[in-house]
Amino acid sequence: MTDVHVSLRNVSKVFQRHGAGGAVHALGPIDLDLRTGEFFAVVGPSGCGKSTLLELIAGITRPSEGEVAFEGKAIGGRVSDGIGVVFQEDACFPWLDVASNIAVGLRKTSMSREERASRVDAALELMGLRDFRASYPAQLSGGMRQRVCIARTLVMAPRLILLDEPFGALDQQTRLLMGEEVLRVWRETRATIFLITHALDEAAMLADRIGVMSARPGTLIETIETGWPRDRDSRVVERPEFGGITARLWKALRQESLKAIGHPKASP
Amino acid sequence: MKHLALLRLAVIVLAVAAVEVLCRKGVIDAFTMPAPSKILADLWSMLISGKHNAAIAKTMSNAGVALGISIACGILIAVLVHRLLLVREALDPLFATYYAVPVIAFYPLLIILFGVGDAPKIAIATMLSIIAVIVNTLNGLDRVPRVLLKTARIVRMTHAEAALRVTLPYAMPYVLTGVKFAVAYSLIGIIGSEFIMSSDGIGFEIAFAYNNFDNATMYPLIVLVLIISIGLNLVISIWERSMLGRRGLR
Repeated sequence: MTDVHVSLRNVSKVFQRHGAGGAVHALGPIDLDLRTGEFFAVVGPSGCGKSTLLELIAGITRPSEGEVAFEGKAIGGRVSDGIGVVFQEDACFPWLDVASNIAVGLRKTSMSREERASRVDAALELMGLRDFRASYPAQLSGGMRQRVCIARTLVMAPRLILLDEPFGALDQQTRLLMGEEVLRVWRETRATIFLITHALDEAAMLADRIGVMSARPGTLIETIETGWPRDRDSRVVERPEFGGITARLWKALRQESLKAIGHPKASP
Repeated sequence: MKHLALLRLAVIVLAVAAVEVLCRKGVIDAFTMPAPSKILADLWSMLISGKHNAAIAKTMSNAGVALGISIACGILIAVLVHRLLLVREALDPLFATYYAVPVIAFYPLLIILFGVGDAPKIAIATMLSIIAVIVNTLNGLDRVPRVLLKTARIVRMTHAEAALRVTLPYAMPYVLTGVKFAVAYSLIGIIGSEFIMSSDGIGFEIAFAYNNFDNATMYPLIVLVLIISIGLNLVISIWERSMLGRRGLR
């Protein structure tokens, strides 16, 4: 369980701006190993390049420097088989019903009709959407639409699931419950999960390890182990260690967050 | 909602009834305009006799061709222009002011180019209707959320697949708005051209009837044009509304 699933070596991203402004150094250099089957969360001040980091691992953005490898193979600007992504924004296709939305990624596989149908059924079941298979996204709440997007990722049986602030648009209670669902999915699929979030408590509750990023250009300044058991749920927030972890995260992040908002108290 | 629809219907019925009364009382003389009931009766017997079926078929098929070209080429052009940022920026102000140009004024030029026949009429109708399709399709394409395009990449769609399975379906209600305009504009283009210089089609027959004081033919044909145009518009509107309703956008 401790072998390396994803590795980033000396990865940087520089965005070339056309016209005035020149190049923007968004991220890096970053060195990071994700262990197979672990739940890794990244927290960082806004604008630190968290989402860029996720897009680099997903393969929808190429690094300017360094190398990203998934299961030992370099990712070269295309999405590898076995990686699923859930975004913060609602990514449901409004013209498709729930079942068709979930099956979107299965179109290209050589799977039989029956196999596809049974995978969709299993994902509907797992995400508690069985009664909504024929509904359209517009008829669902924000939390349920996000569950559709998770189910869409699950049918592809990903070995690595990337979550880009997936609960950012939801209210606090729904977020806690969605966190439990993600933990359940994590246990049942045995996938590696990489979660990006700005919510410290969310990271502290869900992850095995938490990486803290600096203000732009984002680098990893600290990695914290939570030590939670694998069969945890949202009630870990009641444990005495929980406050300690959140406090450590904030201690590491405070200066960086001040920098990110351009506060005069930020030390250079 | 239901009350509004009833109110609208009442306005139309009242207006027609008022004209009917004015005609019967002789305020509007029969030489200017026959009573609506008479027009409808004339239309009915005209359709049954099949006297103008050839003209109706001619106009409808020409308008259909123009509409088909506008939809197919309009969507294709919009997709291409949408992808080419520089072309887009160059063309945007031209699209915006396009309808300031009275396209029908080019009719003589088009006859010189294409000769007398269906081609110049179809050209006018296409020139009128294609821009509505392009502008509205572009509007829809502009609104496609980035996250849907990212999702297309995550599930490994090619560019062509993403266009067909994500971008166009998202833009579909906007495309339909363009098509609705295009239906009206292609009928205007064809019938307008038939008025000016033609020897067949509904427009020609209306002009011919007018020149011969043949109210029993002219008014029914005008009503027929109204019915066709409004009918098509209604059908597309219903389709558009069911699509928007399903997406929670109505």
